[in-house]
Amino acid sequence: MITVTAYVIVAAVLFIIGALGVLISRNLIVMFMSVELMLNAANLCLIAFSRALNVMDGHAIVFLVLTVAAAEVAVGLGMVINLYRNKETINIDRYNLLKW
Amino acid sequence: MNLDTIIFIVSALVAVSGATMMISLRNPVLSVMSMILSLVAQAVLYIQLGALFVGAVLIIVYSGAIMVLFLFVIMLLNLRGSEDLGRQSSPIKMSTKILFSLMLFVEFVFVIKVGFFKGDIPLGVMSQTTDNFGSVESVAELLFTNYLYPFELTSVLLLSAIVGAVVMSKRDAAETKTDESAVAVKDSDSKEQVVES
Repeated sequence: MITVTAYVIVAAVLFIIGALGVLISRNLIVMFMSVELMLNAANLCLIAFSRALNVMDGHAIVFLVLTVAAAEVAVGLGMVINLYRNKETINIDRYNLLKW
Repeated sequence: MNLDTIIFIVSALVAVSGATMMISLRNPVLSVMSMILSLVAQAVLYIQLGALFVGAVLIIVYSGAIMVLFLFVIMLLNLRGSEDLGRQSSPIKMSTKILFSLMLFVEFVFVIKVGFFKGDIPLGVMSQTTDNFGSVESVAELLFTNYLYPFELTSVLLLSAIVGAVVMSKRDAAETKTDESAVAVKDSDSKEQVVES
């Protein structure tokens, strides 16, 4: 039978894949999607606990997290387009203006 | 092994492999597609946990709107996966990153195993404990009573995101001016054409 632990471990695996994507990816857009994946892993955790404790609060919080993610994507993709306009590349290593 | 276990295993595998494909594929379009695959599998997990409304919202908003926005930007920038992404980072750097991720994972598993109760949870849409767990009605009731203040703050967040996106995508003044004069020239051209015709 499936326990809460199984769901939370799936969420942990997804979170780690997202973190690894942020670390090793050299593509700006893939990096951005990895952040989204980490947000989704947290959502899965919230839903699982909400089911285990039989309260609905997790669902409301997931809703708010989804809104934050949508706002983040709208602003972030605007930034990606502006960055591309300046540098003509999506290679993250080329954006080193602030590197000492 | 009952049906719920099979559904859980299959959708968890699809979610994880979709995420892995997302970070490993070179073509950004394929990477968005595998992210959508992973999201759909996660929505199945949500629905299995009784979160019917949130699962539907995940498919509609995330894979329907946000991922299409990603695709739109990829098309706009005309990325085909053949971009110069620089050299592969050195094996030492790479293995350090992977090692730290694995350490974080082990830490997570440790905390999860030590932390809390291990009871079974009722799974599936049919085996719900209360009548309207996860329905639109109960989520809305919660959002408009206990979570009213965060809900209102969300509207402020969305407003600031709209303003931010508009300000950022606006081009600088000089560029806009030349564009406007070009448009004006085009307008006068078309007017002349209208007059001629």
